[in-house]
Amino acid sequence: MKARVYVMPKAGVLDPQGKAIGHALEGLGFGGVHDVRAGKVIELDLAEADPAKAKQIAEDMARKLLANTVIESFRVEIV
Amino acid sequence: MKAAIIVFPGTNRERDMRLALTRASGREPAMLFHREAVLPQGLDLVVLPGGFSYGDYLRCGAMAAQSPIMRAVKEFAAGGGHVLGVCNGFQIMIEAGLLPGGLLRNATLRFLSMDCRLRVERAGTAFTAQWRQGDCFRAPMAHGDGNYFADEATLDRLEGEGLVAFRYVDEAGQATEAANRNGSARNIAGVFSDNLRVCGLMPHPEDLVDPLMGGEDGLPMFQSLAERLVGA
Repeated sequence: MKARVYVMPKAGVLDPQGKAIGHALEGLGFGGVHDVRAGKVIELDLAEADPAKAKQIAEDMARKLLANTVIESFRVEIV
Repeated sequence: MKAAIIVFPGTNRERDMRLALTRASGREPAMLFHREAVLPQGLDLVVLPGGFSYGDYLRCGAMAAQSPIMRAVKEFAAGGGHVLGVCNGFQIMIEAGLLPGGLLRNATLRFLSMDCRLRVERAGTAFTAQWRQGDCFRAPMAHGDGNYFADEATLDRLEGEGLVAFRYVDEAGQATEAANRNGSARNIAGVFSDNLRVCGLMPHPEDLVDPLMGGEDGLPMFQSLAERLVGA
């Protein structure tokens, strides 16, 4: 079972990388970009075949290592 | 003072730290590799030095925080042991949950390699006994992710309980926005644990401990530790 973990800077946490990307987009002439947030995606190939259990495992991994929940939020998607 | 420095793959400031500890205490610290699962008996101080442990993969300090020796360091701290973390060592402490908060990318997105000025926010601890409250000193810094973050409640608690160790200040000793190059919340450069025995900071006091390095501004930290932790 494959799981995808999306890790994003928490709402309210400064994201200088996203801001810089926003500025660069503006520089390229893309108008109307209100905000950019940059995070990361981690793909897991898990032995677990049950989607609900796989999701639980991936969430546990995210809480313990993949995300730092002080500064980041995460979301797990089973694919 | 019996001290040990933890070395992870990618650590690169361990020799500076050894020099500082040896100069202040007259005793050379042990160097311990990350695979060790136990600390030597009778240690007074464990130091997590700077560098780029595990290539800063995932988040700075995240991988090192999971290494076998960090379990032993956490037990040491839980038992009342003194632990100092500088730069990447501070990041590892944060990731290991030894200190509150998080360290974000510098607000400017730039790697900052320059001197900064620090103000001692709490004297009288094992790390700051040789200073007076409000003393300012110069310290080199070299980091890309030193932007201290914590939610407002945590920041209020840290300030209320006197757990802010150092702040970035200007030449006049004021915690201004201009002096806060990495964008840290409330200019915080370093913090203490609740029992004041764990201290982490981003700048490098160990890199100014000898006139040959250009000054001895950082030496009081190591003299404080040497004085307080003699046979402790």
